[in-house]
Amino acid sequence: MSALPESRRWPAEGVTRVPYWVYQDEDVYRLEQERIFRGATWTFLGLEAELPQRGDWKTGFVGDMPVVVARDQEGALRAFENRCAHRGALLCLKSRGNSGEIACVYHNWTYDLCGNLKAVAFRRGIRGKGGMPEDAQPESQAPRKLRVEVLHGLIFGTLSDATPPVEQVLGEEVSARVRRVMKEPVRVLGGYSQMLQSNWKLYMENVKDTYHASLLHLFFAKFRINRLEQKGGVIVSPDGGSHVSYNMMRTDTGATEYESAGVRTARGGYRLEAPELLESVDEIGDGISLQILAVFPGFVLQQISNCLAVRQVIPKGTQRTELVWTCFGYASDDETMTARRLRQSNLVGPAGFISMEDGAATGFVQRGVAGAPDREAFIEMGGRAVASDESRVNETSVRGLWQVYRRHMGL
Amino acid sequence: MDIALQLGVQNLLARYAHAIDDDRLEEWPDLFVEDGRYRLTTAENLALGHPLSLIVADSRAMLRDRVSALRHANIYEAQRYRHMHCATLVEAIDARTVRAVSSFQVLRIMHGGESMPFASGRYLDRIRLADAGMQFEERVVVCDSRAFDTLLAIPL
Repeated sequence: MSALPESRRWPAEGVTRVPYWVYQDEDVYRLEQERIFRGATWTFLGLEAELPQRGDWKTGFVGDMPVVVARDQEGALRAFENRCAHRGALLCLKSRGNSGEIACVYHNWTYDLCGNLKAVAFRRGIRGKGGMPEDAQPESQAPRKLRVEVLHGLIFGTLSDATPPVEQVLGEEVSARVRRVMKEPVRVLGGYSQMLQSNWKLYMENVKDTYHASLLHLFFAKFRINRLEQKGGVIVSPDGGSHVSYNMMRTDTGATEYESAGVRTARGGYRLEAPELLESVDEIGDGISLQILAVFPGFVLQQISNCLAVRQVIPKGTQRTELVWTCFGYASDDETMTARRLRQSNLVGPAGFISMEDGAATGFVQRGVAGAPDREAFIEMGGRAVASDESRVNETSVRGLWQVYRRHMGL
Repeated sequence: MDIALQLGVQNLLARYAHAIDDDRLEEWPDLFVEDGRYRLTTAENLALGHPLSLIVADSRAMLRDRVSALRHANIYEAQRYRHMHCATLVEAIDARTVRAVSSFQVLRIMHGGESMPFASGRYLDRIRLADAGMQFEERVVVCDSRAFDTLLAIPL
């Protein structure tokens, strides 16, 4: 196990402080790959709806490690490293496909959809010449298989035998909130990626930061999609790593805290000429208009009005992150509902009225702390604990992220 | 080939590019008919038959909302684009309607001076011919890549 130098010690205050080297240090990044992404955590690999047929596969990542996710010939979901046992080349080059087997293009070694090496080209040579020794065991370098669990249509994988079941990691309350959105079969509407010029943890903090949403995003405050005085709350899982923040629609009291505090996002002068953009229905029937749910290390499930999406947070080095968006609806949606979701998708993604700003904000932090590896972020909104709370003027779920991070990293 | 038609379409496309690159975004909606459609998606979504867009508007009013959000609501760093635009194929559908396909590349120039290739792709246009001139009935921007650096604030 690689370790970090003595100078990389967590501040004595604990989870209310985050040292900025954690977003910058190459050794920290390498250790994260080993202890978090290839360790005892669940990485989101895709939606079951993306692999409906036997033989369907798609490629993805667990941290830096490329993986293949497939539905095998028996209909079971499998995941394995996208690396040939022979010389380590990628097995699947495309982002998706359907086939009975997978062949490495380099030397044509072939695999089944469970990741088992089935055939080595010319293993016995040609006409008695060449080939491998009788006792050769290339299988010893086979791509590693991941344990796969499906939670309400969400596919998760882990390399570690020590990772507890997904539902246990999330806890009852967060699991129930997954089920709330993934309540029936879904239909993929499409996707895209946002390349963030920041460390992956800055994006996860942003997702868990219930305090920033209506202060950074004018659309949230101005159109009362999410304001901190609206009824809602934040739920944090027992280990701190998963959270749900939510708020209710039509519970707005007409309060004017934002206006009287002079908050930028509530100032006048902006209105929509075409308000149908925000036209929405309470399709789940519980009055919750916004729910953001995240699972450590890199999964987000989003319901913003009728705009549903999953996001995968994939680290690409200390200062670069790919954010993979997949928007979806339900298989039972009629045309009107699909049109509504597509219209509301103007709110999210790289060009989203809301989400474009998160792409910028995490980069502002990465650049802001460039000369301050030994200074610390100050995270005491809502106190110093990691616990569920009714108030979203709170950073409890951000502290939860650091609690679970420190445990995995031994920091 | 109808040279006047070809040049007319190329002129509309050029005015579009200059309006955006010169930060005259308020003129952008006026290049569309009143119920004009604008949609920005990726080649991948199109190939998979996925209807999702990064930006979708089905009226000039929605385009104006985009512009006023960029001016007054959204937070992003000062930046501008430079459109490179070529290979325009024009096909008349009827006396009032023209279909056009063209290629684009857009460089993004940040306020700090950094310039980068930001996007490339195709414009799939449906253009209306009126006495007053040409306007877009529909413009579908199909980006070659599925990935976008940081954010896409200004429309392509």
